[in-house]
Amino acid sequence: MRKINVLTLAAMGTTLALGLAACGGTAGGGGNATTGSGASGAAASTAKYNDGYTKVVNPSDAKGGTLKFALTDEPDSVDPGNTYYAWNWDFTRLYARPLMTYAAEPGDAGLKLVPDLAEGAGEASADGLTWTYKLKKGIKYDDGTEVKAADVKYAVARSNFTDELTDGPKYFAQYLDADGYKGPYKDKNLDDFKGVETPDDYTVVFKLKHPFAEFDFLVANPQTAPVPQAKDTGVDYEKTVASTGPFKFESYEVGKQLNLVRNTNWDQATDTTRKQLPDRIEVQYKQNAEDIDSRLIAGQIQVDLGGTGVQSAARAKIVGDPKLKDSTDNPFTPFNRYAMMSTQVKPFDNIECRKAVQYATDKVATQAPWGGPLGGEIGTTAMTPTTVGYKAFDLFPNGADHTGDLAKAKESLAACGQPNGFATNIAVRGDRTKEVQVAEAMQASLDRVGIKLTIKKYPSGDWSAQYAGKPDFVHKNNLGIMVAGWGSDWPSGFGFLSQIVDGRFIKPSGNYNMMELNDKSVNDLLDKGIQTTDATARNEIWAEVDKKVMESAAFLPFVYEKTLIFRPSNLTNVYVHPAYGMYDYTWLGVQQ
Amino acid sequence: MPGSDPPGHPGRTIVVAFIVRRVIAAVLMLAVVSAATFAIFFLIPRALGQTPEGMASRYVGRDATPEAIQGAVKRMHLDDPILVQYGRFAQGIVAGQDYSLGPKKAECPAPCFGFSFNNNQPVWPTLLDRLPATLSLAFGAAIVWLISGVGIGVISALRRGTLLDRTAMTVALAGVSLPIYFTGLVSLSVFAYTLGIFPGGGSYTPITQNPVMWFQALILPWITLAFLYAALYARLTRAGMLETMSEDYIRTARAKGLKESTVVVKHALRATLTPILTIFGLDLGLLLGGAVLTESTFSIQGIGKLVIDAIRGNDLPVVLGVTLFAAFFIVLANLIVDILYAVVDPRVRLS
Amino acid sequence: MTTPPQSFLELRDLRIHFPTEDGLVKSVDGLSFKLDRGKTLGIVGESGSGKSVTSLGILGLHKGGGAKISGEIWLDGEELVTADQDHVRTLRGKKMAMIFQDPLSSMHPYYSVGAQIIEAYRIHHKVSKAVARKHAIDLLGRVGIPQPDKRVDDYPHQFSGGMRQRAMIAMSLSCDPELLIADEPTTALDVTVQAQILDLMTDLQREFNSALIIITHDLGVVAELSDDILVMYGGKCIEYGSAEDIFYRPEHPYTWGLLGSMPRLDREPTERLLPIKGTPPSLINVPSGCAFNPRCTFTDRTEGRSTSEVPELAETEGGHLVRCHMSREERRSIWDNEIKPMMEST
Repeated sequence: MRKINVLTLAAMGTTLALGLAACGGTAGGGGNATTGSGASGAAASTAKYNDGYTKVVNPSDAKGGTLKFALTDEPDSVDPGNTYYAWNWDFTRLYARPLMTYAAEPGDAGLKLVPDLAEGAGEASADGLTWTYKLKKGIKYDDGTEVKAADVKYAVARSNFTDELTDGPKYFAQYLDADGYKGPYKDKNLDDFKGVETPDDYTVVFKLKHPFAEFDFLVANPQTAPVPQAKDTGVDYEKTVASTGPFKFESYEVGKQLNLVRNTNWDQATDTTRKQLPDRIEVQYKQNAEDIDSRLIAGQIQVDLGGTGVQSAARAKIVGDPKLKDSTDNPFTPFNRYAMMSTQVKPFDNIECRKAVQYATDKVATQAPWGGPLGGEIGTTAMTPTTVGYKAFDLFPNGADHTGDLAKAKESLAACGQPNGFATNIAVRGDRTKEVQVAEAMQASLDRVGIKLTIKKYPSGDWSAQYAGKPDFVHKNNLGIMVAGWGSDWPSGFGFLSQIVDGRFIKPSGNYNMMELNDKSVNDLLDKGIQTTDATARNEIWAEVDKKVMESAAFLPFVYEKTLIFRPSNLTNVYVHPAYGMYDYTWLGVQQ
Repeated sequence: MPGSDPPGHPGRTIVVAFIVRRVIAAVLMLAVVSAATFAIFFLIPRALGQTPEGMASRYVGRDATPEAIQGAVKRMHLDDPILVQYGRFAQGIVAGQDYSLGPKKAECPAPCFGFSFNNNQPVWPTLLDRLPATLSLAFGAAIVWLISGVGIGVISALRRGTLLDRTAMTVALAGVSLPIYFTGLVSLSVFAYTLGIFPGGGSYTPITQNPVMWFQALILPWITLAFLYAALYARLTRAGMLETMSEDYIRTARAKGLKESTVVVKHALRATLTPILTIFGLDLGLLLGGAVLTESTFSIQGIGKLVIDAIRGNDLPVVLGVTLFAAFFIVLANLIVDILYAVVDPRVRLS
Repeated sequence: MTTPPQSFLELRDLRIHFPTEDGLVKSVDGLSFKLDRGKTLGIVGESGSGKSVTSLGILGLHKGGGAKISGEIWLDGEELVTADQDHVRTLRGKKMAMIFQDPLSSMHPYYSVGAQIIEAYRIHHKVSKAVARKHAIDLLGRVGIPQPDKRVDDYPHQFSGGMRQRAMIAMSLSCDPELLIADEPTTALDVTVQAQILDLMTDLQREFNSALIIITHDLGVVAELSDDILVMYGGKCIEYGSAEDIFYRPEHPYTWGLLGSMPRLDREPTERLLPIKGTPPSLINVPSGCAFNPRCTFTDRTEGRSTSEVPELAETEGGHLVRCHMSREERRSIWDNEIKPMMEST
C-alpha cells in the first residue's frame, strides 16, 4: 500500500508525501480566514496546484454559510438506492449512511473502508457465505426515529429486487441467496426476503450464494443506507428521502434544484467520516457547463458536482494563468481508457499480431485527445493507480517516450506471419469526439508498420447492446479493435476487473469483455481472490490477474484518466477523495 | 372579382368563417403531428429492427438484468402491435393512464404523455413546470426585440445612408451572425462575473417567488436573445420601410397634407409591419416551443433546455411531449397570425 | 425674386434636379407658366418628360427627397419653394390637391375608402369622425358612386377601376381645393369610363371654380377640357398655347408627332400616322443643342443649329410659344403643306 502511495504521488508531480499527515486538518492551507467577500474564487488562497490531492486545503471547522453545487446534468435519482453515478455515491453520503464507507482521507488511506452505520467491519462466517454487521445504537433519521436493522434489509430489498427502481446496480440480487423473491412491491411481507436476516434490531446478516471476500465494498454502496418501509414511495421516494446523514432535504424539484439543510438528529459522535459545516447546501441541476466554470472561477458557486473537471475553454485559461492553476487539482478518476482487441477476429486470434499493435501504438498521440497529461497519464495496465491492488508494470515497452517501438512491432508482425502488416477495423462510439480522435491517432500510429485501420463509428446509445458489446456483430463485421473505457464500482481489483476480463461474463449482448478473453487461469484467479479473506493476499492476486490480462496483449491501455477540477478559494476543508476521484463532499465548508 | 361582391357588409361573416376554417385545420394539423412524431420515435426504430427489449433498455438503468428489461417491456406494453401502442398513447393524451412507480400505482392524468426515461417524472406536469420560464424569456425578449428592432429599422430607413443607418446595420449584421452561445457567455462574463451588475447564470427565479430577482436574472437572457431577433427585425423593417415609403399610397398620404410622423406611423409602418407580424408570430411560436440556446446558455430551466437535454439523453417520452407541445404553440401562433392578418389586411379575407 | 403675380398659379423658371450616382437628373429644367382660377391647363408629354415631377413639385412633395429645387412657384400670392415646409403641408390637400394615376396603388390597401377620405378631411377640418363620415358619403355620392353609405366601408380592392378613380377624386375634392392636379386620371380606364371621369372633373371644376391641371401623355384627353396646353419634352416646355393653337396651329415637330399618334375613332388604334421615332432623351446627358434633335425629321432645315444651339422658347403669336430652330414661316409651311393634309387624308 505504501509503495502505491509513493508512486501515485510521484506521478502527480508532487514532492512531499504529506497525505496522511494532512487528513487531520492540521497541515497546509494555513488558517485561511481572510477576505469575507468571497467575490473571487481564485485570489486569496495560498494553496498550490494539486494540493487538494495530498492534503486538506483551507482546513476549517467554521460553520455556517451556503455551499453551492452545480451540475450540467441531473442525477438518475437522488434516492441512494436508485443511483449509479460515482459523484452521486459521494454526494448521497450527506444524507445517507451505508453500513460501511471510505475513510475520510486523501491518498491511499482513503481507499480503506471504515464502519459507518455499522459498528465494525463485516464478520464473515468460516464458509464465507454469511456476513454479519452490527448497527451502532442511537442512530436516528431526521424525524427522530431510530434506525433499525429491518430498514437496512428493506433498503437492499427495494433497491435490488424491484422492477421499478432500475437505476442502481444489482450486486445484491446477484450475490445474495434470495432466489424466487419477488421484491417488496409485489410481496409486502419482508420475511419472504431470505437473502438478509435481522435476528434483532441491530444486527444485519447477509446470506450469500458464493463466498465474496470483498463484501465490505458492496455494503459501502449507498443501497445499504436504511429506508423505513412505511416511508417508501418507490420511484418517488427520492423526493422524501429519510436522512441519516448530517443534512436533510429541505426541498427538491426534480431536474432543477435540491436544497439540503442541517439534520439536527445527526450526531457527530457516531460518525467518523463526515462534517456538518454549512448551514445549507444548494444543488442546481442542468446548468451550462461553460457557465459553471465561470461561476466557479468567480466564486459564485463552490463545486461542480459531477467532478468531471472544467471544460476546454476554462482549461486553456487555467493552464495559462499560474494563479488560477494553483486553485486546481488534477486527480485520477476511476476510469481507464483503453482499446480491446478481439481474440476472435482474425488476425488478432494470433497473440503476435496483438503484440504488434501494443508496440506500434503511439501513446502520446492517443493521450492527446484526453487533454494531454492533465487529462490522463499514459497507462500500461488494466487496473488504474487508484485501485486497491494496483502494481505498476509495462509488458510492452513501446519506446522511452511511449511513441511506439516500431522495430519490435515489426518483429511481432513477422512472428504473426503478417510481415507487411494487415487491414482491420477499429470500432468507436461516433458521438464521442475524444474517442474518435483516439481512433484516428491509432490509425496514424499503426499505419507506420503497415497495419491499416478503417474507423467504424457506432452510436453510443446502443454501443453495448447492439454493436461492440455483441460478439456476433463484432465477428461478422471484423471489428478487430474497439475503443472503450471502464470505471469500477468499488476501487478493488475485483471490482475493476471482473466484468471486463472474466471469460464467464462474455454475454451475447451487453458484453464488456470485448476481447472475449476466456483464460481459465484468469477466471480461476478471480475466483480464488474473491474467496481470499486476507486483504493483502487478495490484493496480490488482483495484481496477478492484471498481469495475466496484459500478457494476453488483447488489452491496450491508453490513459488512466485524470480531471482538472477547480477549487474556489471560498471552499474550505477540501481534499480529493481517492475512492471517487473528486472532492469529499461531506467535508466541505464555505467561507462566509 | 373586385367590385363584383354585393354591396353590404361582408367583412364580419367572412372573418368568422375564416377563423372556423383555420381552427379546424389547426386541430387536424395537431392530430397529424402527433401521429407523425409517434411514428418517428416508435414506428421507425421498430422498422429499423429495434426490438421491444431495445426500447425498454432505455427505461432501465445501466447494466440492467434481462429480467428488469422484460419487466419494463411488460410495464410499457412495448411488445404490443404498434397501432395498439399508438392507440394507448393517444388515449393517454385524452384520458390519462396509470403507471406503477413502486408500492402503489401512480396516476397520470390527462393529458398524459407518459414518464421520462431519465428521471421518471410525468412529462405533462414537467412541461407545465418549465413553461413559465420559457414564457417569461420569450415574451420579454419579444418585447425588447420588437421595440428595438422595429425602432432601429424605421429610423435606419428614414435616415438611409447616414452614419446612424450604417452603424445600426453593421451591428445588426453582427447580431445575425453571432451565435447566442457566444454572446450569452460573453455578456455573462462581462456583466455578471466581471462587473457584477447582473446575476450570473442559473439565477432565474419564478416571478411568483421574487419578481425583482425574476426581472434581474432575465435582463441578460432577454437582451441576448433579443439581440439576434432585433438584428433580424431591424433589417426586415428597414427593407420593408424603404419599400413602403416609395409606395404610391405614401405619396397620396403626403399629398393629403398629413404630417410626416403620421405618414410614417399610420401609413408606412402599418403596411411594413403586416408581413413582419407574420414572421413575429411564427418566431414567437417557435420560441414558446423552447429557446434552446438561450435557455442552455443561461441555465434557465425552460422547455428548450428540457428538450435539448431529453434529446441528448434519448428521453423519448419527453422529446415526444415537447414536440407535440411545441407543435401546439406553432400551430396556435400560425392560427393567431392568420386571424390577425385577416384583421389587418382586408385583402386576405377573400382569398 | 420678384413681385407676386396676378395669376392664381404661376411657375417661374422652375428647376427640379435630382443628384444620383450616375449624375444630375434634370427632370424639370426651367419651366414657367401661369394658370387662373376656373381655367384648365393640360400638360402633355411622354413619360420622363418631367410632367409628373412638375406636379409633385408644385405640391412640395420633393422636399426632403434630395431634390434640388430652384425657381418660384406662386400660389395665390404665396411663394412655395422658399416657404416653410410645414406651412406648405397645410396647403396640401386643402388649397391644392392631386388626383393620382393608378388609384389601386395610390390608395392605402389596409384602410377603407371612407377612412381615407375621412382622414383627408379631418386633417384640415377639426370635426368629429361622424361629421367627416357624412361628408365622405356625400362626396362619394357626388362623384357618382351608387349606395355611397354602404360602399364607404369597402376597401379599395373591392371597388372596380372606375369606381376607385371616382373615390380618388372624391378624396382629392374633400377639402374643396382651389388647385386640382390630375395626373393621368384616366389611363387605366376604358374609353366610356374615361369620358365619364373627365366629364365629372370638369363639372366639379366648374362647381368649385378651381384651377385644374391635367397631366397626360395623350393629347386626346385634354383636347376638349383644356383652355391651355403645355407640351413638355426633356424637362422643358417646347410648345405652349391655347387648345386651338395646339390643335389647329401646332408649330413644333414633337407636337405634330403627338397629334399624329392620337387615337381616333376612324382609325385602327395601333395605326400611327406620324410616329415619333426613337426614345425619350436621357435627362442626365441631354442631347446637345435641341433636346429633340435625335428624333426630329426636320433637322436639315435648321441651318445646322439643331445640335449646336439650344433653341429659345419664343412667342410666335398671341401667347403661343414654341421652342424650335426653324423659322415661324418654315414651321407653318410644313404644318399646312405636309402634316395637316396627311392627317386629314384618311
